[in-house]
Amino acid sequence: MPLLEPRPTPSARMRLLSPLIAIGLTLAVGSLLFLALGKNPVEAFTVFFVQPLSSGNGWSELMVKAGPLILIAQGLAIGFRARIYNIGAEGQLIVGALAGGGVAIALDGVDAWWVLPLMVVAGAIGGALWGAVPALLKTRFNAEETLTTLMLTYIASFTLSYMVNGPWRDPEGMNFPQSIMFGDPALFSPWFEGMRVNASILIAAVASIAFWIFTSRSFLAYQLTVGGLAPAAARYAGFSAQRTVWVSLVLSGLTAGLAGVGEVAGPVGQLNLNISPGYGFAAIIVAYLGRLNAVGIVLAGLLMALLYLGGEAAQVALQLPAAITGLFQGMLLFFLLGTDVFVDYRLKPRPKPAYA
Amino acid sequence: MLEHLIPVLAGTLGAATPLIFAGLGELVAERTGVINLGVEGMMLIGAIAGFAAAADSGGGALAGLPAGAVAGMLAALVFAVLSLSMAANQAACGLALTIFGVGLSAFIGQHYVSFSLPGLQPLDIPGLVDIPVLGRILFHQDPVTYLGLITFAVVWWVLRKTRLGLVLKAVGEAPDAAHAIGYPVIAIRYGATLFGGAMAGIAGAYLSTVYTPLWVQNMVAGRGWIAIALVVFATWNPTRLLLGAWLFGGVTILQFHAQGLGIALPVQFLAALPYLATVVVLVLISRDKRLLQLNLPASLGKPWMP
Repeated sequence: MPLLEPRPTPSARMRLLSPLIAIGLTLAVGSLLFLALGKNPVEAFTVFFVQPLSSGNGWSELMVKAGPLILIAQGLAIGFRARIYNIGAEGQLIVGALAGGGVAIALDGVDAWWVLPLMVVAGAIGGALWGAVPALLKTRFNAEETLTTLMLTYIASFTLSYMVNGPWRDPEGMNFPQSIMFGDPALFSPWFEGMRVNASILIAAVASIAFWIFTSRSFLAYQLTVGGLAPAAARYAGFSAQRTVWVSLVLSGLTAGLAGVGEVAGPVGQLNLNISPGYGFAAIIVAYLGRLNAVGIVLAGLLMALLYLGGEAAQVALQLPAAITGLFQGMLLFFLLGTDVFVDYRLKPRPKPAYA
Repeated sequence: MLEHLIPVLAGTLGAATPLIFAGLGELVAERTGVINLGVEGMMLIGAIAGFAAAADSGGGALAGLPAGAVAGMLAALVFAVLSLSMAANQAACGLALTIFGVGLSAFIGQHYVSFSLPGLQPLDIPGLVDIPVLGRILFHQDPVTYLGLITFAVVWWVLRKTRLGLVLKAVGEAPDAAHAIGYPVIAIRYGATLFGGAMAGIAGAYLSTVYTPLWVQNMVAGRGWIAIALVVFATWNPTRLLLGAWLFGGVTILQFHAQGLGIALPVQFLAALPYLATVVVLVLISRDKRLLQLNLPASLGKPWMP
């Protein structure tokens, strides 16, 4: 006998509470995990969530990690609202990094103010084009975007590997798979001495404001959402399903490409195989955790960034493997999907009488 | 040329084995209307569970494969509770399972990075192995590869010839009608989803204990996603799935024999080929909308509650 019954109307309160409950459940299971590993949970959570924020540099690192996560998630949320599942943001990030990094390598030695803006534009175009491929395959050939975006991610990462092992390898890099270090004109300069936070987070901030205005004010965003929730109604109203696919994938590719260029022109400073610790995948969780809402995504992005920092701190202070971050990410998404069920459903109060 | 081609073709069968197991499992689940995008995650969980069991018990692949099956099934159970009992979005739940599997396997795998296992010796089928050329290709394989072909035959037979197969398909095509005539739709979907999990777990454990008997983080490397694509490519037909798996096995193995075959391309290009080929076959099969509509299980991906 089913234990759930549909609510008459979706619960707005549950929609907001659900992420908080999911975070609570993740912390609870996390405590059990720490206990099982022989660590004191209170001490472990202090290392995870308090210690990283107890210094100026910690806050700087939080911004460095939250920037790309928020930026990518804002783009993904547009598509997710329309039920277009771009799960290949990691690949679009890589292509954005390749395009921006390519500009930096080609213009190495040129000392001009326009080098960095040109890289940013190239990165945005690169990411958008990599997002346009699955859009073309979906609209023209009906190919599922979940599978094509993911396959294109593998292709992007092999392309990166080829470029840094071949044409773009630093001749003086002792054969490591990496490009030259970019010069100052090709880098976002840090705001503070000895910290990595830089102007690239302004891109995430501007994107967040733009997406907030876009989703709450524009007719196009309304069309996209209707297209996702009620395709038949959208068709009847004359909204184009094809345009939904194009806008969703190109926009999310563009933001992921911007995030990629922000990494290579920021904290990484070159092209190598470690330009992203899985930001493109973690941003999927950020988008859902933030309720596909521009403000929510900023908060969720900060939390996810803290999770990355906590994982790094736990590695040093508690000798825990860095992979624990990925474990927490997966748990969080699971719990979120579970608690989200209660937005549309509620527990049955008592068994109904049988109408036999 | 022939002396280069025999190892390529023989290797193709081994490379196809994980795709056959994982693909058949997903195919059965999808025939009942459940699309589980967590195959990659279940394979990773199966791979690390299988490797851990094989290394810790000293039992090798014989201990690893059952452990992988059980672990894959447990992972599928989490998916099933969320998406079947609680009617959560199947695509999102599968994605969550994959992200979770990547994290969990990397976390457990930290202890096993420097281990290696003995693997499995090829099993010669007496008599048949002596057939010129074909014998060395088809009948000099590891036992799990034969098991994969037997599993294919069983799945084909069940879906095509038995009452159980009919019920599975009915649940996928018309869950309301199946429910109305008294079949337990949710229970049957649970069964098919858990079967899919077990198959994905075996596929993962095969990779970590037989195919390349050592643990490498993220070693499944997208094969779970390729298996999902193969099910679409196969238009939910087991025989076409088998052919597709062999095709992809061949594309995968090519990079290791490129030099012998005189192919002078960058290694990264050859390594990217299976993923490129996946995109190409998806495009080829999906462009014919009518063909897909005819074969697509009608309730695929739609939550159902009695």
